[in-house]
Amino acid sequence: MTKMKKFLSAAVVAAMTISSLAGCGTSSKGDDTTLTIGGIGPVSGPAASYGTSVKNGCQVAVDEINKAGGVKVGDKTMQLKLDFQDDANDAETAKNAFNKLMDNGMDALVGCVTSAPCIAVTSLSEKAKILQITPSGSQKECAQFDNCFRVCFTDPQQGTAMAEYIVNKLGLKKVAVLYANSSNYSQGIKDAFVAKVKELGGSIVTEEAFTEGDVDYNTQLSKVKDAAADAIFVPAYYTEVSYIVKQAAEKGIKIPFFGSDGWDGILDQVSNKEVLEGATFLSPFLYTQDDAKVQSFVKAYQAANKNATPDQFAADGYDTVYTIKAAFEKAGSKDIAKLEEAMTQIKVEGITGTMTFSKDGDATKSTKLIQIKNGEYTAIVAE
Amino acid sequence: MANEFVKAKTKEVRKSTIQKAVIIALAYVGVIALVSSGVLGYQYSSVLISVAVNIIAAVSLNLVTGFLGELSLGHAGFMAIGAYTGALITLHLNLPAPVEIFLGLAGAGIMAAIFGLIIGIPVLRLHGDYLAIVTLAFGQIIASILNYVKSITGGAAGLNNIEEYTTSDHYLLVLTLVVLSVLIMSNIINSRYGRAITAVRDNYIAAEATGICIRNYKIFAFVVGAFFAGIAGFIFAHNVGVIKPSKFDFNMSINILVFVVLGGMGSIKGSIIAAVVLTVLPEALRGLSDYRMLMYAVILIVVMLFNNSKLRKRLVEESGLKKLFTKKKGEA
Repeated sequence: MTKMKKFLSAAVVAAMTISSLAGCGTSSKGDDTTLTIGGIGPVSGPAASYGTSVKNGCQVAVDEINKAGGVKVGDKTMQLKLDFQDDANDAETAKNAFNKLMDNGMDALVGCVTSAPCIAVTSLSEKAKILQITPSGSQKECAQFDNCFRVCFTDPQQGTAMAEYIVNKLGLKKVAVLYANSSNYSQGIKDAFVAKVKELGGSIVTEEAFTEGDVDYNTQLSKVKDAAADAIFVPAYYTEVSYIVKQAAEKGIKIPFFGSDGWDGILDQVSNKEVLEGATFLSPFLYTQDDAKVQSFVKAYQAANKNATPDQFAADGYDTVYTIKAAFEKAGSKDIAKLEEAMTQIKVEGITGTMTFSKDGDATKSTKLIQIKNGEYTAIVAE
Repeated sequence: MANEFVKAKTKEVRKSTIQKAVIIALAYVGVIALVSSGVLGYQYSSVLISVAVNIIAAVSLNLVTGFLGELSLGHAGFMAIGAYTGALITLHLNLPAPVEIFLGLAGAGIMAAIFGLIIGIPVLRLHGDYLAIVTLAFGQIIASILNYVKSITGGAAGLNNIEEYTTSDHYLLVLTLVVLSVLIMSNIINSRYGRAITAVRDNYIAAEATGICIRNYKIFAFVVGAFFAGIAGFIFAHNVGVIKPSKFDFNMSINILVFVVLGGMGSIKGSIIAAVVLTVLPEALRGLSDYRMLMYAVILIVVMLFNNSKLRKRLVEESGLKKLFTKKKGEA
């Protein structure tokens, strides 16, 4: 009998713990005067910088909109409220975060910041009939349902845009590619890039793979050197790129480097900025760009975040909130069918470009390229 | 003498059967009440499934680490095999859901068990630290293979849009799976096999001398552990809907190990309680926003220290909680 009591009490303790914790999860549903924007992204763990940037970018937009009077949905004017939850770049945690936001009465979702969590959440948002716009989930499936949209380029869009620029605009026909086969981002851009280069009459002289986290690229770079390429394309994040450009310079590789938006922030990663001279990469946002909107955003962002420099994720977050605002104002209601229709009709003039959205969820906007000149980022226009 | 032993044993078995029945009934009533009353809300309903996955994973690792006494750092590898096998089965078959779930579960478990066998035969010749390193390597190999066989596993992108058979909408199915898994494992522990396994742990020379085939029992425990890790993987995959090789990394193995160590090696109910508390905790700490994971780590350290402190011993002895905490010999 004693054993049974023991088990019983353990079970009761467990049940009580759960139920007492459950109490804190519920809160009131959104009313007619506030529009709750949920956000999901990594604010802890290795990908924390992306999530934090998006969160801060969103907050700047929310504060701006509220100060300007709020959002007019139909005949009501609503104030925005941002509720940002951490997913630590994990799909399972993202689902829990989404459900937490549902408990908190979310009306629209900014998120997720990274692809896998984003895809995991799409099925939930579809079921819950919530407008979901990802600021930076570039994998194709991030916008797979009718209620899901994206503000950033898809991976294939980036690859295609870079191929057009390198082959058509610059006339460089022999291209070497260095990509991370452990990264879906890198693979997706590479596949589209290779296909487009071939279509445009260029050739891929060598295609070398590496794994994220590698530090020695001498083998791959030797092959690139032997292949006598005109240009080298590296769709990867800056951690790997910083090693690659340095080792390429040591090997005496003089051909120009091209990259994807993962290069953003590369200048802070190298001690000798000369190895990056002339490198060009695609990025939706440059904080030094001579544009009134961009500059006012940078100013507001720096004022709110201890002078931190906003990156493309912050800009994407900012534009996503404005896109949501535009969609709600156009739809004039919280009804998902009307919101979906409104999304395809609106035109948002954001700081990452002027965007329109197609029914399949992708944004159409102009390509922005950044070249490193004299150790500084310089915007160049592709078209 | 022998007769009395048998009598006592039968009585014990009967008593523990009643206990198990009561606990299972309580678990069902409790979960159904919590979910249907809506106390849990969306958030904690979905956490329930994570809890379930972690319970099965922790108990199955406990079989290897706690009862067999061998440190395994590759448990996430078996979960990955189960998750991918199950997901590929349900993605490619177009059968009614119950059939798909059954085939997927069976496939996930069996495939993981087969890998457990393949790994186990050479690896279990090793002990302690050496075994730990080899299982660690195994986990990495699985992740690399999943990355590499792009045509089947989708490479780094993983598998998307897996049918969501085990989400919180289907919590009864998941609960049943948890109950069955834990029941089977605890019965194994209390059987002749289980006693042989713990004998190997406690003194393998003595065990060998009494005629226990050490190698076979080691492999047996390892394979059963792998099987249920595969089941946990299946539930995981069909809850989240997206699986990637990078998810099943070293960290995940360590997380499961944390449940086992914190709950107490060789204690099934300890593993269950640790899995429940440590899964709910990061969600409950969401209110702390930026300090969430920091607090989680701090709590982990404090609990670990408390568990091994004199303070706990004194508290346990002074309060009526003694019965709850003292471990009897040979008890699961």
